[in-house]
Amino acid sequence: MKADDRKIPLAIVMDMFRRMVLIRVFEDRLYHLFLQGLVPGTLHQYQGQEAIAVGVCSALREDDFIFSTHRPVGHAIAKGVPLTAIAAEIWGKGTGCARGRGGQMHLVDASIGMPPSNAIVGANIPIAAGAAIGFKLLGLDRIVISFFGDGASNTGAFHEGLNLAAVKNAPVVFVCENNQYAASTHITLTTRIEAIAERAMAYGIPGYSLDGMDILGVYQSVVAAVDRARKGEGPTLLEFKTYRFMGHSRGDPGGYRLKQEVDEWRVRDPILRLRNKLHTDFDQGEQPLLEIEAQAQVEVENAIQFAISSPDPAAEETFSRVFAGEGG
Amino acid sequence: MSSYAMTMAEALRDALRLAMRQDPRVFIIGEDVGIAGGFGGGFTVTLGLSDEFGHERVMDTPISEIAIIGAAVGAALTGMRPVAEMQYGDFVFCGMDQVINQAAKIHYMSDGQFSVPLVLRLPVGASRRGAQHSQCSEAYFMHTPGLKVVSPSNPYDAKGMLLASIWDNNPVIFLEHKLLYGGKGGRKEKTSLDPIMEVPEEAYEIPLGTVAVKRQGKDITILANMLMVHRALEAAEILSQEGIDAEVIDVRCLVPLDLATIEISVQKTTRVLIVEEDNLTGGWGAEVAARLAEKAFYYLDAPITRVAAPDVPVPCAPILESIYVPSVEKVVIAVRELVNG
Repeated sequence: MKADDRKIPLAIVMDMFRRMVLIRVFEDRLYHLFLQGLVPGTLHQYQGQEAIAVGVCSALREDDFIFSTHRPVGHAIAKGVPLTAIAAEIWGKGTGCARGRGGQMHLVDASIGMPPSNAIVGANIPIAAGAAIGFKLLGLDRIVISFFGDGASNTGAFHEGLNLAAVKNAPVVFVCENNQYAASTHITLTTRIEAIAERAMAYGIPGYSLDGMDILGVYQSVVAAVDRARKGEGPTLLEFKTYRFMGHSRGDPGGYRLKQEVDEWRVRDPILRLRNKLHTDFDQGEQPLLEIEAQAQVEVENAIQFAISSPDPAAEETFSRVFAGEGG
Repeated sequence: MSSYAMTMAEALRDALRLAMRQDPRVFIIGEDVGIAGGFGGGFTVTLGLSDEFGHERVMDTPISEIAIIGAAVGAALTGMRPVAEMQYGDFVFCGMDQVINQAAKIHYMSDGQFSVPLVLRLPVGASRRGAQHSQCSEAYFMHTPGLKVVSPSNPYDAKGMLLASIWDNNPVIFLEHKLLYGGKGGRKEKTSLDPIMEVPEEAYEIPLGTVAVKRQGKDITILANMLMVHRALEAAEILSQEGIDAEVIDVRCLVPLDLATIEISVQKTTRVLIVEEDNLTGGWGAEVAARLAEKAFYYLDAPITRVAAPDVPVPCAPILESIYVPSVEKVVIAVRELVNG
């Protein structure tokens, strides 16, 4: 299913690089601020998995939906939520993407097709199936992405959601980011099969297990799966093998992983890999890449300053918008 | 406008049909809801609708309660107006995360950027099926911010409130008592009450957040919903022979709760009896009693009292079930004690 990477337009590849770097710089900066005690809430960090969020979202239209998880920062940046709004949400400010009601695990932006990310593992899978059914019933050609981890593939919601989507031919792509750890528990302790993608067979849909550190491969596979969904041919399960460089959540030093394992995966860093490809396959010199990296530093600092200096939500925000207003 | 004598199942079906004709965004999702030659859902409510609207809009699903409710949530996020059915209300517990963590919280978590206009229909109530096909579950939902909770007692209200629920932009938990559906085909319930009423042919809405005074009285206010409204009214007739004049209020919507109307009644009668089929502890009656204790304490001449099911799972044997479900006699005895002291 993989075409020649070099046929992907340079502008798209450069934008992928820009977004991956932005995620990495932002997440790294958050981590350091967290260690200084300056981040008010929790963190679930995305470093190491950037190729998946960016590779997937680069294959989408703005009006396609993504359903994200408790680890949504990468997805949100990749889909196009403004970094200032993400940062302010993490800081619990009135300028956040949910004006402080959501927090780090519930990033949202209706204008770019991102319902609030879901901190119940696996729960977005049937919701994504339903959104895809909704788009289909509305006669729209919008499609839906469900992001989830290897841990979610052992929930009942995974089984029910994939099966329903399959039997209804729903235009949804299931994206399993297999970072091999459900919190601290390694996948070999929870799952007997080699590849979660094998489960697709049980639902009668295509499933592919692919390298999640290779963004261009991710992108190509998602383009194909999205095309299939948009043509009404039904869902696909894409599993991307990856690794989170950081702990599961704030304050997790990762004592359940060997340093050697972490180091081995860090060598496969998806950003370094794309950086090298831009040199070798796309004839890019060092200068434009350095500029992107410098620009990311500036953008991240601005976003964090914006967040820190933003006002708290008004007290009455606690009580409002529990119910939607009446009328069609 | 003409009207027809309808059972509650027919009135609910009529509401679904009218809503689906009016708006292509309305669709039904559930188990056995549209199968040709099938049941029309657990209790015939959707019977025949797939003939008119097809199997995309009367969508049969696998036995997957997480997916039924989850898919309804997802479809609602796209602007559809799903009406999801649990074959029995008890099955909702299989998909409870989708109700509590998803449907109820998304509007708030998204700062109002997304809303979840879905209706989740739950057939509830004891009907000789045992503990896992009988529970009245409204208290679980009443406790959860972000859900509306409706519990009608008759065909007229059922139609008007289902339409109001479908057009509401929030998740609505819509309880339907199995003994009130009315006989239809082979599915008639042995112990059913089967109220039949003249129901207008056209679409109409009964606003959520309203209660209905079913009988005026001056000595005591009896609050009840669903099947218990009928028991309360029967008890009121018996009590009237004894010179006790009971006011009966149908708490047909628990969220939002029209406490103001109840308060006015309590000011007049100074006594309150709450009758619920749900078991006693933490039931909807407990919440209503607490609110009345805060708001209306100084009007009261007697303790707010509840007649509810005992705190046990619903037993199956007819004799045991009849002990479990509050009876007319229990209501009569409780009222006598409250009024005569």
